[in-house]
Amino acid sequence: MKHSDSIIINNLNKTFYANNAKVSALQNINISIREGEFFCIVGPSGCGKTTLLRILAGLETATNGEVRIMSNDPNRPTNSMVFQEQSVFPWLTVLENVAYGLKLRKIPPKIRNEIASNFIHMIGLTKFKHAYPHQLSGGMKQRVSVARAFANDPEILLMDEPFGALDEQNRMILQQELLKIWETNNKTTIFITHSIDEALCLGDRVMIMTAHPGRVKSVVSIDLSRPRQLSDIRMLPHYNELFQAIWNSLREEVRVSQGKIT
Amino acid sequence: MNENTKSKIFRILSILSPLSILLLWELLARLSVVDPRLVSCPSAILKTFVPLMMSGQLFYDSWVSIQRVFWGFIAGSLPGILLGMSMGLSPIVRSAVEPMIAATYPIPKLAIMPLILLLFGLGETSKIFTVAIGVFYLVVINTMAGVMGIDKIYLDVAKNFGASRKDFYLTVAFPGALPMIFAGLKLGMGMALILIVAAEMSAAKAGIGYMIWRSYDMFDIEQMFVALITLSILGYIFSIILDVVERWVLPWKQYS
Repeated sequence: MKHSDSIIINNLNKTFYANNAKVSALQNINISIREGEFFCIVGPSGCGKTTLLRILAGLETATNGEVRIMSNDPNRPTNSMVFQEQSVFPWLTVLENVAYGLKLRKIPPKIRNEIASNFIHMIGLTKFKHAYPHQLSGGMKQRVSVARAFANDPEILLMDEPFGALDEQNRMILQQELLKIWETNNKTTIFITHSIDEALCLGDRVMIMTAHPGRVKSVVSIDLSRPRQLSDIRMLPHYNELFQAIWNSLREEVRVSQGKIT
Repeated sequence: MNENTKSKIFRILSILSPLSILLLWELLARLSVVDPRLVSCPSAILKTFVPLMMSGQLFYDSWVSIQRVFWGFIAGSLPGILLGMSMGLSPIVRSAVEPMIAATYPIPKLAIMPLILLLFGLGETSKIFTVAIGVFYLVVINTMAGVMGIDKIYLDVAKNFGASRKDFYLTVAFPGALPMIFAGLKLGMGMALILIVAAEMSAAKAGIGYMIWRSYDMFDIEQMFVALITLSILGYIFSIILDVVERWVLPWKQYS
């Protein structure tokens, strides 16, 4: 184990029982993720990416194997998750939503509002600080969700296709904004997506998972310099090479998951 | 016809139609087409209304009923909300309690009034308890449904952010179920009025229900109508109060 590893996953397996039959969702997952790394996971639908993230988030338990999240500060929460679907509390204002984790950790109101306001400013929603979610668009709600996770100041961030439900224009804007926030604090991040472009634009490494059961198929390093300007990155020849490399690896798995090859 | 004139016509119609019914009633009674001793008429009711109000008798009876409804409402809704939330959040509590609720809910609350009178006597407690039990069922059932209807994602978020049991209740279950809790409270308010009148008719020395029964005994139809009108006004005021409180505590709900 290297000292700078932030997340270590050892021989992780997850088996479900459905209709008296054993279904293997994750098989023999081994990864170590460096501190401050932006780690993307792509894979065909149903390959267990979300299950893997939910295990890391403590929302599900592994059948066997080990997950370790290194902690430098015992007062800091180990992880905060940004969910795929709308998960901003409708009964809290933008400010209260972003400060939610800090409130549960009993941070005094003055300090937590200051921290939350800072992140709200970063996502450009200062004008909507006291608005309720029903007054916000889908993209704005997802920004709040991202800010809520960052404001909680966890050891690692877990993002489960946070921009998956957004339209393309909004998605591109939010990707750039996420990079901007992430570059200011370099939190270890695991980011699930089904978009190769998104994984390439954001990640330091991209892990490709096999179709059901989910195994690690390959890991591709994204050697694009940071800070990244996404519109420029997409123009680079190297971007296309990486895109091809990932797609070649992934294509086969998508076919399997669609039942064309077994 | 443009929209503006249309809405003006509708407004006039909604005022005109009840007025003409009252006028028709008055006319039929004056012409003795209907028996004025039995159905009275608007002018006679008004003539009884004013002195009853001036003497303070009407306010006294209303106030007695309002207090009973208020305390019964509190005594029924608070345990209803607490138990409903526990049932919604915990499958253990739910499986232990739900069968009892389901089995006793269909019993008309009026049917157990004699039992309540035996248990609590003729005093205030029996009236308050009658109201409370009616409110309780509607609130507990709606609260549980409200908690169970909360999208599971919010529980995941709370768990992910390290929520304690108390946090689950206060930051997810209660606010998330609040719209349904209010639906229960509003139904409970209707039930409370039914029950208080019934309770006051059978064993009371004051209150609007008692006033109706006394009018029956004395064959004072006008006073009976005054009591009925008072009930309608009280019900209207109660529902306005609940609406105002609902808007105040649910700023995040969209109202059209």
